[in-house]
Amino acid sequence: MWAFINKLRSPKWFYAISERLLPWFWVAAAALILVGSVWGLAFAPADYQQGNSFRIIYVHVPAAFLAQSIFVSMAVCGLVYMVWKIKVADMAAAMMAPLGAAMTFISLFSGAVWGVPTWGTWWMWDARLTSMLILFFLYLGVIALRGAFSSRDSASRAASVLAMVGVINIPIIKYSVDWWYTLHQPATFTVTGRVGMPMEMWVPLLIMVLGFYSFFIAVTLMRTRSEILRRESNKRWVRDLAGGER
Amino acid sequence: MTLRLQARGLACERDDRWLFEDLDLDIRGGEIVRVEGPNGSGKTTLLKILSGQLADYHGELFWNDRPMRQARQAFLENLLYLGHAPGVKAALTPLENLAWYQALAGEAVHEAPRLAALESVGLAGFEDVPAGQLSAGQQRRVALARLELTPRPLWVLDEPFTAIDRHGVAALEERLVVHARSGGCVLVTTHHELKASEELRHIRLGRGGQDAER
Amino acid sequence: MPSADTRMNGSDSKRDNGDRQATAREPRGGLTVAVWATLKRDLTLLMRRRSEVLNPLVFFALVITLFPIGISPDPELLATIAPGLLWVAALLAALLSLDSLFRGDYEDGSLEQLLLTPQPLPMLGLAKVAVHWLLTGLPLALMAPVLGIMLALPAGSYLILAFSLALGTASLSLIGAIGAALTVGLSRGGVLLSLLVLPLYIPVLIFGAGAVQAAIMGDGAAAHLAILGALLALSLMLAPWAIAASLRISING
Repeated sequence: MWAFINKLRSPKWFYAISERLLPWFWVAAAALILVGSVWGLAFAPADYQQGNSFRIIYVHVPAAFLAQSIFVSMAVCGLVYMVWKIKVADMAAAMMAPLGAAMTFISLFSGAVWGVPTWGTWWMWDARLTSMLILFFLYLGVIALRGAFSSRDSASRAASVLAMVGVINIPIIKYSVDWWYTLHQPATFTVTGRVGMPMEMWVPLLIMVLGFYSFFIAVTLMRTRSEILRRESNKRWVRDLAGGER
Repeated sequence: MTLRLQARGLACERDDRWLFEDLDLDIRGGEIVRVEGPNGSGKTTLLKILSGQLADYHGELFWNDRPMRQARQAFLENLLYLGHAPGVKAALTPLENLAWYQALAGEAVHEAPRLAALESVGLAGFEDVPAGQLSAGQQRRVALARLELTPRPLWVLDEPFTAIDRHGVAALEERLVVHARSGGCVLVTTHHELKASEELRHIRLGRGGQDAER
Repeated sequence: MPSADTRMNGSDSKRDNGDRQATAREPRGGLTVAVWATLKRDLTLLMRRRSEVLNPLVFFALVITLFPIGISPDPELLATIAPGLLWVAALLAALLSLDSLFRGDYEDGSLEQLLLTPQPLPMLGLAKVAVHWLLTGLPLALMAPVLGIMLALPAGSYLILAFSLALGTASLSLIGAIGAALTVGLSRGGVLLSLLVLPLYIPVLIFGAGAVQAAIMGDGAAAHLAILGALLALSLMLAPWAIAASLRISING
């Protein structure tokens, strides 16, 4: 365990190991998303109530899953950075934030598009959409805070603390919004709020979710690698690397 | 128990710039240590590290031969730090300002020591005037009154002579020597030339290399 | 100016004093004294600048005045939206004074000193937050029933309104202080502070406004108030540590 943590301290080690892992995640992401979307969009049966419009869950659900998972991973990275002072963790967290915000936006947008045929309006204060919207604001806060500091070390620490505070609050926000929703509105259709989805529908959904996760890992690894090069550009090994490739 | 503040292989990196590297220090009671160097050489940062405010340094710190992380509480009990800003509230009177510092230091909040401390820095008669109406030099004196009010063996003073008049400077300088002679220890940055004395030591920070010399 | 006759204590009588300093001190307590002094100091400071205490209250009243003008003076309509309006306006008013919570101390150097005391920083931060609540949250809660009358808030919910606000604003002060501590080192932290803190305020808003609504409907607000209490307990447990960590980050920014 300690040996592993010590290895993680070295951006160089991370750079080398991620180089080997990266192609696998790209291949997995491309294959899973391709299979999942073809299966989901063309072969899965239409929903008996919603018709073909339900197919938007193949984007909406993975994006929503990812939006929440990315916030949690961001907070975990923040914790790792604060406790063990591992800089790679902070670089990864910095790279995750915009991706998480983008995923939150995609899930909000796909929810709105789905709302048009289902509810007849672009926006309903549906419990899930409302929580997503708040999550979006939390992401914007973390990104804005990181951008506001002139010293990068302070920015990293502040963003880490905020991510940890946010992650404690996410379940509380989610619970209270659900509570608020059931109090104010009778249950209507939600994008995902149905049980007993037939096998032909949820297997492609599962594939899409896995595909999105692989995509997230691949993008994060790739962007963290370039961030390592940027931040460590005055280190010897990076200069050797640049010299060797020339 | 004597005083000993040690640093081994101290280095500080701020946003990929090394302010100083591989600095070894051994500061004991009875010394006045003046940290020197051009602007931006990391004097204030070094004082902040040595006063336990900044935690992101490389190397090790020891207080009385115990690692700083374990001895932090004991260290803070012995430290008096005065920073760039005097830490004096404009809306409060000097007496009220000092009362807070007295309480933070864990002393009983009595008025007599505060009056004595204010008198010793030449602020007798200004005890009940809101600090906002005092001059910059007088506000600095309110902060300096803490040297008398809450006796601590280790003084870390960042530019303590700022805004003080000539008499005040001479008196403070003498006070530093008295503190060192009685076994205390002073770490100070200043642009003011200190009078040479046997207690005085220099630490030079600068580009290229640093050295600690006697 | 008597600065000419300055002595900075170089006389012999004070050397004895110096001898006492020669040995290292042993740690000792005094947390209660320090917390009490911090409470007293911050209360004195704010009582000397009374406008800072009054501004959020005036803001609260003004915002509440805007709604009937902007929407409709119809008492029935106002009565239905009154709980939410009162809560949102109080929440924004509490947010208004948050930026100055640590800023004064940061600018004059007291914050550095606060961080260097041998006392636990979370407790001292908590004392400062307590003063913020005493002079912002509590007055807002006491004032809300008066504004409730202006919004035709149905009878029987006034006490719950004041109580839910008193309970809820304590959580708001605690959560908001984390944001204030994170942004205190930034020259233009004010807007950013709202962006950081408002999403975190949503649970408190839901259960606070919910309590008043439940009281109006006659459902009993006990459950809402209990959850508000639970939120406060959670904030009390976790926020002081987050505030302390954030202050340490900001002081080094």
